[in-house]
Amino acid sequence: MPEYQNIFTRTQVHAPAYSLPLPATDDPREGKAFIVYWLGKIGDAQVGPIYLGWLGTLSLAFGLIAFEIIGFNMWASVDWSVREFVRQLPWLALEPPSPAYGLRLPPLNQGGWWLMAGFFLTLSILLWWVRTYKRAVSLGMGTHVPWAFAAAIWLYLVLGFFRPLLMGSWGEAVPFGLFPHLDWTAAFSIRYGNLFYNPFHMLSIVFLYGSALLFAMHAGTILAVSRFGGDREVEQIVDRGTASERAALFWRWTMGFNATMESIHRWAWWFAVLTPLTGGIGILLTGTVVDNWYLWGMKHGIVPSYPQVFPHVVDPSLLPGAPK
Amino acid sequence: MSMLSFERKYRVRGGTLVGGDLFDFWVGPFYVGFFGVSTAFFALLGTALIMWGAALGPTWNPWQISIAPPDLSYGLALAPMKAGGIWQVVTVCALGAFVSWALREVEICRKLGMGYHVPIAFGFAIFAYFSLVVIRPILMGAWGHGFPYGILSHLDWVSNTGYQYLHFHYNPAHMIAISFFFTTAFALSLHGSLILSAANPQKGEPVKTAEHENMFFRDTIGYSIGSLGIHRLGLFLALSAVFWSAVCIIISGPFWTHGWPEWWGWWLNLPIWR
Repeated sequence: MPEYQNIFTRTQVHAPAYSLPLPATDDPREGKAFIVYWLGKIGDAQVGPIYLGWLGTLSLAFGLIAFEIIGFNMWASVDWSVREFVRQLPWLALEPPSPAYGLRLPPLNQGGWWLMAGFFLTLSILLWWVRTYKRAVSLGMGTHVPWAFAAAIWLYLVLGFFRPLLMGSWGEAVPFGLFPHLDWTAAFSIRYGNLFYNPFHMLSIVFLYGSALLFAMHAGTILAVSRFGGDREVEQIVDRGTASERAALFWRWTMGFNATMESIHRWAWWFAVLTPLTGGIGILLTGTVVDNWYLWGMKHGIVPSYPQVFPHVVDPSLLPGAPK
Repeated sequence: MSMLSFERKYRVRGGTLVGGDLFDFWVGPFYVGFFGVSTAFFALLGTALIMWGAALGPTWNPWQISIAPPDLSYGLALAPMKAGGIWQVVTVCALGAFVSWALREVEICRKLGMGYHVPIAFGFAIFAYFSLVVIRPILMGAWGHGFPYGILSHLDWVSNTGYQYLHFHYNPAHMIAISFFFTTAFALSLHGSLILSAANPQKGEPVKTAEHENMFFRDTIGYSIGSLGIHRLGLFLALSAVFWSAVCIIISGPFWTHGWPEWWGWWLNLPIWR
C-alpha cells in the first residue's frame, strides 16, 4: 500500500534542460542548470537558470540595503558586540520613531534608520512585483501571480504606511525584529480591545485556516490520483481524464459538491488572496474607525455572557475620565 | 438523478470496510456506507444536543450561544447534563462524526482506486481537535480545560488561555505553527496563481503547459518544484501547520506553566556565552 501513496520520487529521470524563448527586449537568463538529487526526491531536481534583469538586480540590491540597515542597527544596539548580537538577536529591534515625531523625519538614531529601512524594503518589494508581472507577460502567461502578490503587499503597506499615515504618526508602525514584532502584535490587540472581536480579523483567520484546509484537500486529492496523471493539471483542465473524474467524484460523494480541475485553483487563489486582503482592512479600521473592538462587539450584540463566578470588576475603559 | 455525465461507470459496488453491501449505496450525490450512517447519527445527535444546550442558555443569538465544558471541580468525572454533561456528550459525538467521516473517505478512496492522502490529512485535523478537548484536559486533570462550543466564546477561550501564559506568541511551537500557516497560504496563492495563469494566458496565446509553469518560477526565483512536487510540499505545509498547532497547546499547561517569554531563558543562559 505505501508505494501507491507517491510521497517520494523513487526513480529520477533527467532530460536535458530545456529553455523557452523570451522576447528580444528581455535580457538573457543567468547561470546554467544543475541537478540536486535530494530535491529530485520530492520535486523537480533542476536548479536554475534564473532571469535576473535590471528589475531583479535592483530589487535584490535595495532589499540587501534594508537588511543591512536593520542588521547594523541591531548590532549597534548591543554596542557592536558580536557575542551579544548573536545571543540577543531574537530580542533586538529597529524601532519606528516615537509618536512625538508624528509624520516628520526624525534623526537617524531616533527612528530615521527605521524609516530608511522601510523605504528601501518597500522599493525592493515593489520592484519585485513589477518583475513577477514582466516574467509572466514575457512567457505569454496570465498575471495571476503578481495580483496575488499585490494582496500581500496591501497588508504590508497598511501595517507600515497607510495606517501610520491615517493615524498621523510613523510610531504606529511595526518594528523590525523577531520578538519585537510579536510584542507589537500583542500590544496592538490589547490596546484596541482584543482583535478577536474585529470582524475582518475573524475573516482573515477564516481564510488563513481555509487556505490550509483547501491546500490539504487539494494536494491530498492530486497526490491520491497522481497514478492516473492527476498532477498534469493544465492538461486535465483542457482535456479531462480519469484523474480529474475520480478527484471530482471523491468530493462529490464525500460532501455532495465538487470543484473542477480549474475551479479548485480559483477557490485556492481567492482563499489565499482574501487572507491578507481582509486582514489589511481589519488593521486599517483599527484605531482609525474603531477604538475598542470589544466595545464594538458589545454594541452589535455579539459578545457572549458568562455565569458570574468572580466578584464584579469594572472595566477601566468604561470609567469616567478614561481615554476615549 | 444528480449524476455527472461520466459518473455512472464509477458507481461500482465494493471497497467497503464494514457492512459489506448493506450500506453500499448513494443518496443523491452522497455516498452512504456504514460510516455515512454513523456520521449522520453522531452529527444529528450532537447538533440536537447543542440545540438543547442553547435552549437552556440565556440567548438564541447565534454569535453568543455557548456550550460550556463542566466546571473544573468535576475533574475528569462525568458531569450532570445541564452542568457540562452536554459538552461532554457533544465532544463524543463530534469525535464519532469526524472519525466516521474519515473512514467514509477511506471507503470512497477504495472505490475510486485513489491513494489515502485525504483521509490521512483529515486525521491530522481530528488529532488537533482531539488534543484540545481530550489530551490536554486529561493531562491537566479536568474536562473544564476544554474549549467551549460557541462562535465568540471559543475566541474568548483562545484569548484567555493565551494570556494565562502571558504572551502566547513566544511559545516556540506556536511560532512554528503560525509560520507554517502563513507559508501554506503563500504557497497556495502561488500554486493557484500559476495554474490559472497557464490555463488563462495572455490574449491570443495558446494555453500553456508545465514547461511554462516551470520556466516562470525558474525565471523568477531560480527553482521550480514542479507540478507533482508542489502538491507534496503543499500537503506537508498544511499538515505541519495543524500538527504544530496541536503541539503548541498540548505543551501549554501540562509541560510549561510559566509565561512563554520566560521559556527563552535557556538560550540567554547557554554556557557558550560565558
